[in-house]
Amino acid sequence: MKALRGLLRKESYHILRDRRTLTVIVVLPVLQVILFGFAIRTDVNDVRLAVVDPTPDYATIALRNRFDATGTFRTVAVLHRVDELSASFQTGAAQLAVVFEPRFAERLAHDGVARVQVITDATEPNTASARQSYAFAVIQDYERSVRAASNDVRIVPDGRLRFNPTRESSNLFVPGLMAMVLTIISALMTALSLTREKETGTMESLLVSPLRPVEIIVGKVAPYLLIGLLSVALILVEARFVFNVPMRGSIVLLVGEALLFILVSLSIGILVSARTSSQRVAMLIALVGTMLPNQLLSGFVFPVESLPRALQILSNVVPARWFVLIARGIMLKGVGLAYLWRETLILAGMALLLLALSARSFKVRLS
Amino acid sequence: MTTTPAIAARELTRTFGDFVAVDHISFDVQPGEVFGFLGANGAGKTTAIRMLTGLLAPTSGSATVAGYDISREGEDVKRSIGYMSQKFSLYEDLTVSENIRLYGGIYDLSSGEIADRMRRILTRLGLEHAARSLVRDIPLGWKQKLAFSVALLHEPRVVFLDEPTSGVDPITRRQFWELIYETARGGTTVLVTTHYMDEAEYCDRISIMVAGRIAAIGTPAELKANAGVASIDELFVRLARPAASVA
Repeated sequence: MKALRGLLRKESYHILRDRRTLTVIVVLPVLQVILFGFAIRTDVNDVRLAVVDPTPDYATIALRNRFDATGTFRTVAVLHRVDELSASFQTGAAQLAVVFEPRFAERLAHDGVARVQVITDATEPNTASARQSYAFAVIQDYERSVRAASNDVRIVPDGRLRFNPTRESSNLFVPGLMAMVLTIISALMTALSLTREKETGTMESLLVSPLRPVEIIVGKVAPYLLIGLLSVALILVEARFVFNVPMRGSIVLLVGEALLFILVSLSIGILVSARTSSQRVAMLIALVGTMLPNQLLSGFVFPVESLPRALQILSNVVPARWFVLIARGIMLKGVGLAYLWRETLILAGMALLLLALSARSFKVRLS
Repeated sequence: MTTTPAIAARELTRTFGDFVAVDHISFDVQPGEVFGFLGANGAGKTTAIRMLTGLLAPTSGSATVAGYDISREGEDVKRSIGYMSQKFSLYEDLTVSENIRLYGGIYDLSSGEIADRMRRILTRLGLEHAARSLVRDIPLGWKQKLAFSVALLHEPRVVFLDEPTSGVDPITRRQFWELIYETARGGTTVLVTTHYMDEAEYCDRISIMVAGRIAAIGTPAELKANAGVASIDELFVRLARPAASVA
């Protein structure tokens, strides 16, 4: 026990004295959240507007002028038929379209109700919904001013999203980000710190000592487990208070699942270090072998559903994919183990398998 | 007086696939002896040491270190030996005293023992003022002497030194050998590998390995007399050359 305490203290010194790496570990998650948070910021300006106005009249002209007057929308096309719209959307000439129904003013006067459709290019889901609600606001504003003059008229706006109707993957960057940061800290840092001991020859001194292999491993990886948990906390606090990302489910469950994911990543780090003897190679393998798949195949950057079939199948063996699913479920949908037991089981299975493999790789090195 | 040898190897062998790195070597080292382990690169020295220190399992044959069987009593062997690798085994980003404390803890010494031995080491090496310096910042010669002292911290009965003096100046090498003699006089057995043939002359006995086998073993004087050569250097070249031309 005393030997283990000594090892843990030593590893903490390594971490605390390597200022550059420490800075990366602490600052990276904070920076990433800010970066991703602002990258998906929903500022609305200079929106290219297409107007479909089959029968222009005083009401449609008035509403169109209001859109122009905002300074946010810029009318790029005025069309007469809805089917002319497709081309404008496909080329990206228009980002949002306002479609008036025929005889708009007449209906408003006679029936008291007129319809207008707002179609939005939703390839960028967050900006799309912001643009849409801004357009709705312009329409409602006009509706109010008409009501002030004559009584009881309604303009019913109908919102449609093109290209990405369900707005999947919007605002969901935090779970993916957690997976990425945990991969860096657990897999990459563990692999690096273990191969560093091989490079400097100190690993041999530990191996010829009476320390048991399990003590050496625990002494090496436990500090990184702690740092991993700390950065999860950091990301969650930042996401909550800076970007209002919700936390609808149990935070205890989320931390437990994060722990599982950290174990998986640590084992990968140990495995990588068993196969390599230089830090440079370990870094490359860890980056290509864990960071890239975790980013590209986890649903963090691209939704898994939109990947080619082969990559979708491949994504099943990427641990981050399951962790991202679990974290999204807990944070955004507020579901518990009753819904996430399958994903949890898969992650736990991976953790067990990889822990066993990494323990074995350590024994093989001894014999 | 007969005593249990500090190291006793019997037909010790290790193969890697088809390659026989160590080929049935047998030798004894007596307690308190300084035993030189010579050989060209790739002759099998390091593999032999790795087996004796428990880093590598033998393919066949057996050996005892400090009276314990390396295959069956690995734990006891580990407690009885010290080891200093070519790369010094110290953590460069820890201070001198932190390194000593770490290894003291690993070998289960009490805090009192650690403090006591730390003071002794620092005094003997004249490193009192550098106790709080990072190992990275002290000169190479001091690092080597410190690494040696750390390998002896738990007072092992046998200490293995793998090319401990590579890369340092002759004066520091001489000082280092004085430390080795001092250690051996205290009853600790020293097995040392080296590339420097002048250092071989300092050993009580030496063995010269060629292609996995022990080609010669004895005191430096005996070996030179038997072969009719003036120096160990000459003997080494004569023994190693046939193997080199075959390979």
